[in-house]
Amino acid sequence: MHNPIPPKERMKIHRQLMPEQPPLERARNFVEVNRGLDVALAQEEARRCLTCKTQHCFSACPVGVQVRDFIDLVVAGDYLGAAAKIREDNVLPAVTGRVCPQEKQCEGSCILSARGESVAIGYLERFVADYERSVGKVGLPARAPLTGKKVAVVGSGPAGLSCAGDLVLKGHDVTVLEALHEIGGVLVYGIPEFRLPKQIVRDEVENLRLMGVEFRTNVVVGRTVTVDELLGEEGYHAVFVATGAGLPMFLNIPGEHLCGVYSANEFLTRVNLMKANEFPAYDNPIYDCRGKDVAVFGAGNTAMDAVRTSLRLGAKCASIVYRRSEKEMPARAEEVHHAKDEGVQFQMLTNPLEFLGDEKGWLTGVRLQRMELGAPDKSGRRSPVAIEGSEHVLPIHVAIIAIGNKGNPLVQSTTPDLATTRNGYIVADAEKLKTSKPGVFAGGDIVTGGATVILAMGAGRKAAKAIHEYLQSGIW
Amino acid sequence: MFLIVEARFLAPDVKLLRVQAPLIARKRKAGQFVILRVHDHGERIPLTIADSDPVAGTITIVVQGVGKTTKMLNLKSAGDSICDVVGPLGLPSHVEKFGTVVVIGGGLGTAIAYPTAKAFRQADNHVISIIGGRNRQFVILEEEVRAISNELFVTTDDGSYAEKGFVTDQLAALIAAGRKLDLVLAIGPIPMMRAVAEVTRPHGIKTVVSLNPIMVDGTGMCGGCRVIVGGKPQFACVDGPEFDAHQVDFQILIQRNAMYRDMERKALDQLLQPPAPAVSAGKDAQCPDGDPCRFVEKVPELAGVWKTGA
Ligand SMILES: Cc1cc2nc3c(=O)[nH]c(=O)nc-3n(C[C@H](O)[C@H](O)[C@H](O)COP(=O)(O)OP(=O)(O)OC[C@H]3O[C@@H](n4cnc5c(N)ncnc54)[C@H](O)[C@@H]3O)c2cc1C
Ligand SMILES: Cc1cc2nc3c(=O)[nH]c(=O)nc-3n(C[C@H](O)[C@H](O)[C@H](O)COP(=O)(O)OP(=O)(O)OC[C@H]3O[C@@H](n4cnc5c(N)ncnc54)[C@H](O)[C@@H]3O)c2cc1C
Ligand code: SF4
Ligand code: SF4
Ligand code: FES
Repeated sequence: MHNPIPPKERMKIHRQLMPEQPPLERARNFVEVNRGLDVALAQEEARRCLTCKTQHCFSACPVGVQVRDFIDLVVAGDYLGAAAKIREDNVLPAVTGRVCPQEKQCEGSCILSARGESVAIGYLERFVADYERSVGKVGLPARAPLTGKKVAVVGSGPAGLSCAGDLVLKGHDVTVLEALHEIGGVLVYGIPEFRLPKQIVRDEVENLRLMGVEFRTNVVVGRTVTVDELLGEEGYHAVFVATGAGLPMFLNIPGEHLCGVYSANEFLTRVNLMKANEFPAYDNPIYDCRGKDVAVFGAGNTAMDAVRTSLRLGAKCASIVYRRSEKEMPARAEEVHHAKDEGVQFQMLTNPLEFLGDEKGWLTGVRLQRMELGAPDKSGRRSPVAIEGSEHVLPIHVAIIAIGNKGNPLVQSTTPDLATTRNGYIVADAEKLKTSKPGVFAGGDIVTGGATVILAMGAGRKAAKAIHEYLQSGIW
Repeated sequence: MFLIVEARFLAPDVKLLRVQAPLIARKRKAGQFVILRVHDHGERIPLTIADSDPVAGTITIVVQGVGKTTKMLNLKSAGDSICDVVGPLGLPSHVEKFGTVVVIGGGLGTAIAYPTAKAFRQADNHVISIIGGRNRQFVILEEEVRAISNELFVTTDDGSYAEKGFVTDQLAALIAAGRKLDLVLAIGPIPMMRAVAEVTRPHGIKTVVSLNPIMVDGTGMCGGCRVIVGGKPQFACVDGPEFDAHQVDFQILIQRNAMYRDMERKALDQLLQPPAPAVSAGKDAQCPDGDPCRFVEKVPELAGVWKTGA
């Protein structure tokens, strides 16, 4: 281990702060909020790590990034070595360093978190991945001799990309089929530029292309081609379904058809994928939010992304409306904190009852009701109950619904022998990710429901391992 | 890139394009559509597949230039290409032997209804087609429709050709004459589809319409295409685009389709604005030397707009 500082002294160093764009400035532009650590900050932060024997950080990372060892390489100044160390377990470090809910995973279990200041593992992961990118020396692993086996990966989100990467390295012939015109799944159409610059995703995709993965956009599996055809006349030996959770849920309250009511998926897709924020240079329009009042319903990452995007489109007042309390908000801590700094209003314990509109069908407001936390239910969660007589109207021009997604049904509905759950997700076993249909594996949000980038990636890698075994043995 | 192998105007600003898209051509069924992006800054717009040739690997679309994207598409000629085409999307038309089927196409709707009419005929139905347009110029695909219909009625609003009146007048006449109609399929402007629904409703004749809400992805991911049918939201791109006309809330569809009107106007004005570079529809459609003549030549009815700089 390279750290010259004695452990006692390390504990005296405070966690480094992430340099960021000033809140009021960034709330009006789409440039990335976090600027990233420089070498000096990264060194200082890396030296805080206690190089523990029992690596809680490692155990708490869903893909088992060797946190202690990569941080030690940072201390040694070997940033490319550190990046390569991460890449042994994580093919998208520049992405996960930015979007993992670290406080619930690696950092949440870091031994130093007991003192409230865990090592900033996410910042360091991002630092080495960005360093690697900036010097243009991404250590692409070597490819095994070609096996002549063909695998189709359906969907190009993190699950599909990581599976494709691993399989191509094993020498298989891998084609990724994507319904949209761009590769990346939620990373390109959902998570905004100010949190995850699209160039990063494009670079990672380019790396995969260099490794030999073939990408085909504009192919909707279930419509353009079915899973049975992929396994039949198209000659694929295995299929990995990673179509994500992409079917937006609505509140099912009156007035949801009004102009100005969006699903978060539509709102974010218009901006991220279609660049509606640059209309008319780009052709796709979006509601002109300038000077308008916007409310977002929900409190996950998607809700935070939508509300902060609306500010950047010029909204005068942007609020989060959530029926539970702040404690229950599922979003990453950093996103909530950033949203507050940027001036987002939080209306907790508030439930929408009805959207109100004018005679031309445009949204004018929403009728809300205050809630309080009731007695704990069977699961121990205190569920919200309405407070009598607390109904009131909030005038808004735009409403964005971010209360979650269901599984995208196109593949399931056209593949009769693929078992699904009651909620429309695909059934796959936890270890091998095998579905009920021989030759077909599935993973990511389409199996688990909306989860995280790193879990989707983990699933992709597990699937790659199982697919490789299957291709070699031929045994299902 | 998707190569255009044939392009010709059927009516003013209504163009037929045959596009190389073998995977879609092989799969497509009557009633399905594609989503395309003309260029890499373009929006995604849905267009019905009017016909396909699985052997040649081509699909046919018929485009009416109503705004920036469709007008740019109509600037394309054979040899040009389209950035992205994805499909076939939506559920195919429900085709079986119903008996006597009336297929109504209003204006461009004729092109959208044609493939399904053809499929009805192939399923042994007695097909009565009623096609109409504002005036003679807007009656399209008459010969194609005649070839697959047992009976054909043509109307023009101004009487400049065939029968003067609306398509609904012909439908009402058939009903009044006591013809037993088993199914009506109506495709065209929303007011026309709504009018057809009102004509058939009192007689309890099953009526199907194809809806045209604003779409983005076409795969059920965004929910932007939701329409209200039987009081419930449905996603037109995956649950439709065809629905029971008597259950559709047409008023909400009209309102939702107007959502971006001001911006669409702005985008179109900019497109029609000299100087020439603004009319570029991607590299391969750029006017030679920025000469706007090609644009005017291809979209003749815009020559006036162009001169006044409207
Ligand atoms: C707005 C937003 C913000 C988020 N923020 C975070 C965050 O900060 N941190 C975090 O860890 N997680 C976050 N998540 C969750 C995370 O993005 C997802 O869990 C993850 O992307 C799931 O990956 P996936 O590969 O399973 O699917 P996806 O990323 O959803 O990709 C699926 C892909 O499959 C394609 N597809 C679907 N059907 C078909 C078909 N029939 N044929 C071909 N292609 C098809 C889709 O177009 C899509 O590109 C966020 C999600 C959203 C929506
Ligand atoms: C399932 C379906 C099939 C269709 N088939 C055909 C066809 O075969 N031929 C044809 O000419 N037209 C068809 N349309 C309509 C066509 O998609 C619109 O005319 C086109 O999108 C207009 O785009 P624009 O930029 O030229 O005009 P704009 O000026 O942007 O819009 C004009 C009007 O078109 C509608 N529109 C705008 N953007 C979209 C969008 N992204 N998706 C859907 N509608 C939009 C709106 O009502 C708008 O007011 C179909 C629509 C649907 C939903
Ligand atoms: S992948 Fe995510 S959880 Fe794992 S170490 Fe990196 S930031 Fe932490
Ligand atoms: S738990 Fe924290 S201090 Fe210990 S090795 Fe991991 S990052 Fe370093
Ligand atoms: S177009 Fe997005 S869900 Fe139908």
